[in-house]
Amino acid sequence: MSQPESAVADAQAGGRSGQEPLAKLAERYGLRRAIARPRFPVYMRQLWERRHFVMTYATSRNVSKYSNSALGQLWQVLTPLLNAGIYYVMFGLILGGKGNIENYPAFLITGMFVFTFTQRTVTAGAKSISGNLSMIRALHFPRATLPLAYTIQELQQLAISMGVLAVIVVATGEFPTWAWLMIPVVLLLQTMFNIGAALIIARLGASMRDLNQLLPFITRTWLYASGVFFAIHDKVVNVAKLPEWVATAMYLNPAASFIEWMREIMITTYNPDYGHHPPTMVWASCVFWAVFALGFGFWYFWRAEERYGRG
Amino acid sequence: MAELTKELSKVKGEEPAVPGKDVRVHPNPEPATKGPLDAPTGTPTVIVDDLHIIYRVYGAASDNEKGNAVNALTRILKRQGRPQMKEVHAVKGVTFVAYHGDAIGIVGRNGSGKSTLLRAIAGLLPPHSGAVYTDGQPSLLGVNAALMRELTGERNIVLGCYAMGMSPAEVREKYQEIVDFSGIDEFVQLPMSTYSSGMGARLRFAISSAKTHDVLLIDEALATGDREFRKKSEQRIRQIRESAGTVFLVAHDLRVIEQTCNRVIWLHKGKIKMDGDPKEVLAAYTKG
Repeated sequence: MSQPESAVADAQAGGRSGQEPLAKLAERYGLRRAIARPRFPVYMRQLWERRHFVMTYATSRNVSKYSNSALGQLWQVLTPLLNAGIYYVMFGLILGGKGNIENYPAFLITGMFVFTFTQRTVTAGAKSISGNLSMIRALHFPRATLPLAYTIQELQQLAISMGVLAVIVVATGEFPTWAWLMIPVVLLLQTMFNIGAALIIARLGASMRDLNQLLPFITRTWLYASGVFFAIHDKVVNVAKLPEWVATAMYLNPAASFIEWMREIMITTYNPDYGHHPPTMVWASCVFWAVFALGFGFWYFWRAEERYGRG
Repeated sequence: MAELTKELSKVKGEEPAVPGKDVRVHPNPEPATKGPLDAPTGTPTVIVDDLHIIYRVYGAASDNEKGNAVNALTRILKRQGRPQMKEVHAVKGVTFVAYHGDAIGIVGRNGSGKSTLLRAIAGLLPPHSGAVYTDGQPSLLGVNAALMRELTGERNIVLGCYAMGMSPAEVREKYQEIVDFSGIDEFVQLPMSTYSSGMGARLRFAISSAKTHDVLLIDEALATGDREFRKKSEQRIRQIRESAGTVFLVAHDLRVIEQTCNRVIWLHKGKIKMDGDPKEVLAAYTKG
């Protein structure tokens, strides 16, 4: 409807520079479109330049997050512990999820903490764009800094929970071995996967408002599929009599792979055949998911860079 | 078409103040003599070409019903998975060219699309159709959204500076200047939630004006603060203008616009109703 009107405006603006269309005028003076997605390498460089913002933003969010609750940062550790307590009673004692796992408390709590890291990152990542629209509409920065900052925030919190996890695992009778030096490697791979997952879910969450409502279902399904409180092979093949490939598929899901690797490292009695080394399938799956999610995540997020302001 | 002519006649009918003249007074690259700063040199810095902005507003999706699985299910069942969504056509075909040295005031009623237009020029809202061409990166003077009320002024200064893209060295350099300019003194150690609204506004303005800009967009920055701070910030804006190529200023206080701008655009319901010399446009605006 505005077509005729803009034509009038163009005609009136004509006095300014002949009948030259504005796009041509812009080109002549080297003006560029205000909204233009930078090329991918440029985008990654801009993102790197914003690393201080990412770190400061993550720290600030952590400081302000618990400033209103009496126990403060302690909740970061208490929440997975309380969850693990409930699952211990429900699945370990009542429903017999324990099976023939020797050190069930360590088994359960390792799975819980590792899974919580990914779950919290995904949940936070889903809101990282849709919950920050006012900032996106006011400031210029590569939007990927937001899901990235949310992941770093969870990583900072993980540092605390890993300390608690180590103490609890030792308390259940495990003893730290040289294999524990691999823990940072696993966490690095998991962080890479989490960044990718946060980027993907951030783009989805920016356009699909119902995602936040659906996410609790998705993460809970994921929790059950990742064998946090039962041994996947034992329950799926021996008890439920499902074909072998179902168990394999479950082990190959990223959360289960990271959990399995961490258990191999921390619990001596877990799959003693392998020592402290994970089966090839497990570590290969971890590396694949880390690299794939990170690469695809950045690319997929970048593709919609200029559209994030619309809401 | 009928709708359009009706709209136009309505526009004209509302403005007996500008007889014989067309509603649109287009600027000429030749100096606008009343400009308080150096006159436009004729080099365009911002070109807005038939810009339309439509953004989506979601209805009932409020924060307190997030994360609840039962709610999620009932919502999906009730609305077939679609939340209530409205589209707002905020800017409807705006066209103008801004030149080097221009200070352009934008006036209009609440909801006339002023802030949306600024955000589009800053490249923060994608156009539905049309385009905005700019020289360099226009920046919006407004860092509020990045700050956190629970944090101390100190942390917020650092956070705000990083959010505007400063380097750690720049942040260290500007820190004291920001504290001094805001005049909040020892309150800088306290959380921003304990500040009075004037103090908060002062700190926010001090942070966001600490950076130099090519094309600067100011949205109601002078609305708060006491008289002394107002003077200080007007001066600061003048300084920024001298180093910036082009300044856009949205304000409800018409005096501020008259004092600082050499051109005024009057937006009405997302369209330019008038564009030209501040005196003429403001006179018409006050009458309309």
